[in-house]
Amino acid sequence: MTATFAATDVPKLARGVRLRHDDARGQWVLLAPERVLNPDPVAVEILKRVDGARSIDVIVDELASAFTVDRDRVATDVDAFLAGLAEKGMVELRPAVIGDAAS
Amino acid sequence: MNVITDLVDKAKELVSEATLSPRPAPPIPYGMLAELTHRCPLQCPYCSNPVELDRRNVELDTETWLRVFSEAAKLGVLQVHLSGGEPTARRDLEQMIRHCVEVGLYTNLITAGVGVTPERLQSISDAGIDHVQLSFQGATAEVTDKVSNFRGAHERKLAVAREVRRLGLPLTVNSVVHRANIHQIPAFIELALELDAKRIEIAHSQYYGWALRNRGALMPTRDQVFWALDVVEEARVRLKGRLTIDAVVPDYYAKYPKPCMNGWGRQSLNVTPSGRVLPCHAAETIPNLDFWNVRDHSLSDVWLNAPSFNAFRGTDWMPELCQSCERKEVDWGGCRCQAMAIAGDAAATDPACHKSPLHAHLLALAEADAATGEAEYDYRRYSVPDRNN
Repeated sequence: MTATFAATDVPKLARGVRLRHDDARGQWVLLAPERVLNPDPVAVEILKRVDGARSIDVIVDELASAFTVDRDRVATDVDAFLAGLAEKGMVELRPAVIGDAAS
Repeated sequence: MNVITDLVDKAKELVSEATLSPRPAPPIPYGMLAELTHRCPLQCPYCSNPVELDRRNVELDTETWLRVFSEAAKLGVLQVHLSGGEPTARRDLEQMIRHCVEVGLYTNLITAGVGVTPERLQSISDAGIDHVQLSFQGATAEVTDKVSNFRGAHERKLAVAREVRRLGLPLTVNSVVHRANIHQIPAFIELALELDAKRIEIAHSQYYGWALRNRGALMPTRDQVFWALDVVEEARVRLKGRLTIDAVVPDYYAKYPKPCMNGWGRQSLNVTPSGRVLPCHAAETIPNLDFWNVRDHSLSDVWLNAPSFNAFRGTDWMPELCQSCERKEVDWGGCRCQAMAIAGDAAATDPACHKSPLHAHLLALAEADAATGEAEYDYRRYSVPDRNN
């Protein structure tokens, strides 16, 4: 499967989209205009790292080592997940700029 | 001694009763509509504010609102809708937004846009607003200005919409449709795309309060309503991924009632400018409901214990017709305010339901109103001009 984004792209949540822990219900929620989404545990781990600083590469590395899973599979899952959110306008991606490589 | 034993026995009784038949866990609300003020420069004839509008001198002060937002966050509310009237009429709006952000609440601004300068929008954006909903009364200047009774409103709204997007804020176009603008639905959708809104609400006017008073001039025909439903469905498919279309359906011509508020006291609550807490914005049209005020009670106390919230919560209150229906937890009995307005009984089956004995009557009312040709509105305004405005 071809990836939608370059591994060096840096994703961030669009303005008006926020991830937070919902203490009252004991779960993570993704808040968007007139929407409350319940991301599953895998999605939460990805979303916590979507901070406008980490590139997709860095996110995939972190997840692969944190959960000791196959890196290629993580890369495919992250790409598909971000593509879905980008289509809804909830995630924006920018190409890497000089200086990002160090992070 | 006897008294103490009695008390101990009584306590044991209460404990065992509580253990044997626990009350179902109360629902946790997701959203709160904060009507910061009823003051508004526009006079839309279907306004969802009550016919008796709160004046400026009875509005809650800043400190009380901040407390209410803190209590809402603690109760489990995730999204707050800062509305009115026109919320920007409150000078302390930015202070409230900053506080909501601090306590983790997602903030929506629901504005008419008129009178909101670029400087004010910048300051609202800086305070941390998450999302802006801007009303359009028509898709053209002629219709917007006529329906809102404000010359030049449309042009000002266009300018505000562009400024919202320039600031990078997500924009929703809110349109309420009725006989004078229902034909503009395709144009409303085009307008939303042109303004780079990601979302549009197409809400058919709901007939309570001001809209009930103006029903003769607002009610569309059955053909118009069904045409509108088709147009929206087609646009939804065509614009998937570009524009989200949320529709509030017209129920006078429907077979099933709307699941009003997704159930009374189940997901959301509404605080009026003077601090009364309501299960929905029209709830005050139901007489003899005891609405508690945030001046006297914490928000969580109201949510859990106010008689008004428990009156129609869950399904126990339902008449037999609803109790025996397989849709009782789909429609939640429809709308209590509509049952009140049409059947004269807030606990009756919503007449919008085809099973209601009043269903044919409701349809006849709609058809008669749609045929009147009435074009004059009784505009929404204070009965005596608000001198403090």
